[in-house]
Amino acid sequence: MISLDNLCRHFEVGNQIVRALDEVDLVINQKEYVSIMGVSGSGKSTLLNILGLLDTPTSGDYILSGINTSKMNDDEMAHIRSTKIGFVFQSFHLIPRLTAAENVEMPMVLSGLSPKERQEKVDNALARVSLTDRSDHRPEQLSGGQRQRVAIARSIVMEPDVLLADEPTGNLDSASSKEIIRLIEELNQGGLTLVVVTHDAEMGARSDRLIELLDGKIINDKKN
Amino acid sequence: MLLIATSIGVMAVILLTAVGEGARDYITGEFRDMGTNLLIVMPGKNETSGGSSPVDLAGVAPRDLTIEDAISLRQIEAIKNIAPIVIGETPAQFNGLERTVPIIGSTPSFLAVRKWEMASGNFLPGVTLDRSPPVCVIGKEVESELFGKNKAIGQWLRVGDRRCRVTGIIGTEGRAVGIDAQKVVVMPVSLATALFNRPSLFRIGIEARSTWEMEQIKKDIIRIIKKRHQGKEDITVIRQDAVMKSFDNIFNVLTMALGSIASISLFVAGILIMNVMLVAVSQRQAEIGLLKAIGAKNNQINHLFITEAIILSGSGAILGLVLGHTVTQILKVAFPTFNFLPPLWASFVSLFVALVSGVVFGLLPARRAAKLDPVIALSGNK
Repeated sequence: MISLDNLCRHFEVGNQIVRALDEVDLVINQKEYVSIMGVSGSGKSTLLNILGLLDTPTSGDYILSGINTSKMNDDEMAHIRSTKIGFVFQSFHLIPRLTAAENVEMPMVLSGLSPKERQEKVDNALARVSLTDRSDHRPEQLSGGQRQRVAIARSIVMEPDVLLADEPTGNLDSASSKEIIRLIEELNQGGLTLVVVTHDAEMGARSDRLIELLDGKIINDKKN
Repeated sequence: MLLIATSIGVMAVILLTAVGEGARDYITGEFRDMGTNLLIVMPGKNETSGGSSPVDLAGVAPRDLTIEDAISLRQIEAIKNIAPIVIGETPAQFNGLERTVPIIGSTPSFLAVRKWEMASGNFLPGVTLDRSPPVCVIGKEVESELFGKNKAIGQWLRVGDRRCRVTGIIGTEGRAVGIDAQKVVVMPVSLATALFNRPSLFRIGIEARSTWEMEQIKKDIIRIIKKRHQGKEDITVIRQDAVMKSFDNIFNVLTMALGSIASISLFVAGILIMNVMLVAVSQRQAEIGLLKAIGAKNNQINHLFITEAIILSGSGAILGLVLGHTVTQILKVAFPTFNFLPPLWASFVSLFVALVSGVVFGLLPARRAAKLDPVIALSGNK
């Protein structure tokens, strides 16, 4: 499913080179639920950005569903992001002037799906996150947990192969957090590969596999 | 604010071109009212030729254009009316009341040549090129100021050191040879030349029987007067239709120039659109990052921002068109004598310029948005 081979991501900061990811080798199988943990600055978010094709490695290969993404141009990466990857962010990243349904619909608008097809998929996605009755509400009219559920509905509406979540419970209270954890675990049980960056030890403990990063290197990779 | 800026620009184009077109319509209308088969003979040669004599170069005044010159033009059969014109200014008195009035000396043909109408009475009865009975007609303002409630027709009016019997009141409003018809006293041409002690005519107005004969009439006039002036071509003959065409051309250029100047404001509005959209790109970085994360291609982001710029400028332009045409209608009601006519092309051109301005000035912000790094954009950092 996901294969990183000797992957490096270096940044130039002034005269120094920061090794955000340093010679990372990693394989994530289909339907696997992987948590990535580590202290701040360990390279978690950089790894997630590269897995999500939002960033490109300085060197090494990243193979997603059998496709080597290293030589892809911007449009090809955008196409992969649209069809194979779903994102969930800590701060939800919903468009405030759009309703919940319109936010969920957005990836399909960009993909050029017909309005009829879009409507059907929006209804299904909102039903999966139990927000059918809130489809006309704007983000400001929703609670934090509901906003994150809308963001999850948006991430799965294109039926991606992998869901990448960057601290999905980071902005939520404990009750909402449990609700979100349960929801994404259900999605994983439905066959979706799940990679979650988290500081939440409970979430890490509940995943199939826990990877720990430090200074851009994998220092621990264990199955739960 | 963007809508207002663009709409003001479009409105300015509509209003200024309406004024230009209205002025063109007004001026050419004035000429058209007098008829297009008019010729005007003026003393002096306006054109310069390579073969000027030393006398010409010395600036010697041309020979006077006289009543006899006007009489000599009777031999041209294609001429319908000949109206010699003398102008001047002198005090007019009646019953102890006095005011200085402009004087036009002419013949009854003047009425036909200028297309004037009488409110009452007759226009210089019994007057010909050769005969000058002491009669005159007066404008309505002269009538009200000197005669008040008394009946003016039949009364003797003192004009300078002459006296004339009022035979009619001019009904026309407007101006002729630069003189307000309401304020004028018109008297026989010979009486006017005697009054001002000046044999020279100001102009000779000629009405041709038909438009197609005008060029021949012009040649005949020049030939006859040249013969009378010892072979010297010292007059200028202007065709009214040529003057009207020249004015038409001048006002068309003026209208376009006004429209072009107003269009500059549309480009200023375009710069405003660019600046506001650059701010919008900066403020909406997280949204742009999100769109990229969910699969938006660079050209889709590009199109999104250009479309927004077009919608903004297009909406502003439509608002400006509505405002411009509404204000034009209001001005028409407020100033009924001046026909505000926004030309059709002004609406299309201003809409087109506004849209082009939106596209051109939307390009830079759109490009900047499309080139944003999604990771940086999602973090909301610049």
